Amino acid sequence: MPATITPIDVERDRKRRPDDFDHGGGKRPPVDHDKRTGGGGDGENWGNRPQGSRGPRERLTRYRLFVFFGLAAVLMFFAAIVSAFFVQQSSSHFDAYNRYINEWLPTAIPPIIWLNTAVLLLSSVTIEIARQRMFQEVHALEEWLGLGKPTSERAMPWLAATVVLGLLFLTGQWVAWNQLHVQHVFMSSNPSSHFFFLITGAHAAHLFLGVAGLLAALVSLYAARQLEVRQIMVDCVAWYWHSMGLFWVFLFVLLAFFQ
Amino acid sequence: MKPSLTPRAGTTARRPLLARLLTTDHHHLGIAYLLLALVSVVIGTTLSLHMRIHLTWPQVPLERILPGSYLPIVTIHGTIMLFFVLTTAPQSGFGNLVLPAQLGTRRMALPLINALGFWITALALLVLCASSLTEAGAPLSGWTAYPPLSAVASAGPGQGPGMDLWLLSIALFGIGATLSAINTLVTILRGRCTGMTWDRMPLTVWGWFTAALLSLLAFSVLLAAITLLLCDRHLGTSFFVPTGDLVNGVLHGAGGHGDGSPLLWLHLFWFFGHPEVYIAILPGMGLTSMLLANFARRRVFAYGTMVATTLLIGLLGILVWGHHMFVAGLSPFAISAFSISTVAIAVPASAKVLSWLATVWRSHPRYTTPMLFALGFVSLFITGGLTGPILAQPMLDQYLHNTYFVVAHFHLIMAMAGIFGVFAATYYWFPLITARDGRPGPLLAEKLGRWHFWCTFLGAYATFLPMHLAGLAGQPRHYSQLTGIPNHAGELMARLYPLNSFITHAALFLAASQLLFLANLVRTLRHGAPAADNPWDATTLEWHPDLLPGAPEQEGSAPIAVYRAPCFYLGDEGETFLPQWQSDATDAANQE
Ligand code: HEM
Ligand SMILES: [Cu+2]
Repeated sequence: MPATITPIDVERDRKRRPDDFDHGGGKRPPVDHDKRTGGGGDGENWGNRPQGSRGPRERLTRYRLFVFFGLAAVLMFFAAIVSAFFVQQSSSHFDAYNRYINEWLPTAIPPIIWLNTAVLLLSSVTIEIARQRMFQEVHALEEWLGLGKPTSERAMPWLAATVVLGLLFLTGQWVAWNQLHVQHVFMSSNPSSHFFFLITGAHAAHLFLGVAGLLAALVSLYAARQLEVRQIMVDCVAWYWHSMGLFWVFLFVLLAFFQ
Repeated sequence: MKPSLTPRAGTTARRPLLARLLTTDHHHLGIAYLLLALVSVVIGTTLSLHMRIHLTWPQVPLERILPGSYLPIVTIHGTIMLFFVLTTAPQSGFGNLVLPAQLGTRRMALPLINALGFWITALALLVLCASSLTEAGAPLSGWTAYPPLSAVASAGPGQGPGMDLWLLSIALFGIGATLSAINTLVTILRGRCTGMTWDRMPLTVWGWFTAALLSLLAFSVLLAAITLLLCDRHLGTSFFVPTGDLVNGVLHGAGGHGDGSPLLWLHLFWFFGHPEVYIAILPGMGLTSMLLANFARRRVFAYGTMVATTLLIGLLGILVWGHHMFVAGLSPFAISAFSISTVAIAVPASAKVLSWLATVWRSHPRYTTPMLFALGFVSLFITGGLTGPILAQPMLDQYLHNTYFVVAHFHLIMAMAGIFGVFAATYYWFPLITARDGRPGPLLAEKLGRWHFWCTFLGAYATFLPMHLAGLAGQPRHYSQLTGIPNHAGELMARLYPLNSFITHAALFLAASQLLFLANLVRTLRHGAPAADNPWDATTLEWHPDLLPGAPEQEGSAPIAVYRAPCFYLGDEGETFLPQWQSDATDAANQE
């Protein structure tokens, strides 16, 4: 290898030359994003650091993207079930006497589900408070100075509250199921009840995963030494939780008003 | 050293076995995926030979070799080939081995998720094998598992626990594929090195990217469908069980008051199923473009358009699922719409073929083994593609659906083209697969490789071209017996017997040719001499000396950066070339 000349930065930008087979497209040269924060580390060029430590939020962004793509997959899952809902709602058949029969009998929503929905919405508020508290700069700075873990301490109660509210929601759904069972409405009773139990059940399973995530985040508040790891845990669980809340609102509206 | 969760690619330091098993190193995971695909392809090929031999010489007592009868073998053959070979090897296997380096990074964005994806896939394979060994009978509903029979667990042997395990296996596979798709997407979004703009990304990366997007959308719908089917089977619902579904004298589906619809399963399944076939083929398309350019020493013809057609094929691929349902009872309007959208895919597909041909047109390519396999891919894609628009005519499909014509179509365009893509990748990247400690491993032997190519190429055409004729004559698929049938059908099948016998011989030849590859593999691993740093004079980053698996990551060395699009060759024969990573400054220094 010849002596390597460190390339000057300008060179990495794309020059339009006839012999350069760079083919248009975005037409935006790779700009060196200015990631200076105004703090002490500004002499460094983040772009030259190894991948994984480029910029203060690189890891966070990566894990957030993970959650968002995962949520896109969950969205497709529910979209498929909801389209099946509409298909079956409009399905029918002719019986032996040539009568047109649609078996769909709307399932009455147990009133407790309204309460559950309120609880779930409330839990979105509590987890958002916890999330914001993880990122407050004053406290992050304090921690950086070695003065304990103020961010985590201030976020912990709100995270715990979310766990309680989440479990409350799940119990509430369980109660709703039991109320229907008492009225002799079971999953196998009717096309409409198939979907009621399926949708609430599938959502509960996803929310259960969320509770597990919350517990993991709670543990990480104590176990993880790096603030960044704790921030990532809380942040990712929070986005997942918000989305499950949002999905529930849609599913609930579907079950309550579109039967 | 602290046991890091994100080790560098290809570190070969001797670590305890468990630690090495639980690696998150993408190079090792890539090899693990390839081994998984190799085991699967051996099983799948054995099963296919079993079918062909049974069709031609039913007196051969093969039944003793494998349990069950014909339909479970078709089912496991299709499932294992499509999922565990053609979805794992091109997308996850070579994706893990090459994708990060082609982006200029040493790490996957989400190594843990990536490793988890592999283990779930491996578990899915075990569950699939278990499904075929249950006492109640192996699953026999084909890789599409159509209800109503599949929705009724008591419908007969093969619809019981075997079917449950089959569904579980596919569900697990879907979860694993989704996880690794997310890792691929985040790596491409966040892991590109300085200067790697979107329009400088190699077409292989675009193939992986589009396939990952499709996996994300398609597999979750399949999971939903499987959930519904499992509810039908065990929780007494009737999503897919029609009213008055009488099986074995018993009414099924919510006590016979279900209003379920088997068509709903077809919609959900094929919404997944058609994108799935593109997941299998898109990485191969990208690789073919890059290999043709590499060996013809040309730029890829219409690079930007190739990126666009890759994405367009992905997009249209989501909109054509109904072409699998022409005879299933769709409304005529839906049929027309799906027919049109299906034919529309021919536009970007033809653009790809044109670009491949224009790239090599009047060049003087080096006919290396990977180049031959890439050209073979083009040939098979054209031959298999020509029958696509034919099947896309609802009128013609009325006749051809469920005949061997369809079998010929998808084996040429998907199975064979896909396998040729995998072989091209294996021969091309073998030094990277076997690289250690920052040094490339050996190349596979060229001469044996060329023999392997020609035998495989001839075998593939000899096996699958005649199937078109059998299909046109009316030979049905999924039939276990073609001989000894009475009446008209028997006469027809008797006339087709020589053709079928030829197909079986060709299939045996095709399978035997693969022994050449295995021999090459063993010989090279034993005696191969390490290849040069950039043995194919490639321009893409996976051949960057600092990005080889296990290359030491030096503090303060010049960061990896990209200065131009791939395929930069100069001179009539492309003698001089500039890899993506070489700056003009170092180049000038070279020439002084
Ligand atoms: C030019 C583009 C293509 C067109 C127009 C096309 C059209 C069709 C049509 C209409 C069918 C349904 C035939 C029937 O069920 O009777 C079909 C089946 C099939 N195609 Fe394609 N196709 C194309 C490309 C591909 C590709 C690239 C792959 C795989 C990588 C593929 C894999 C399959 C498979 C596996 C089936 C069989 C499904 C079954 O089990 O019934 N096709 N194709
Ligand atoms: Cu299709």
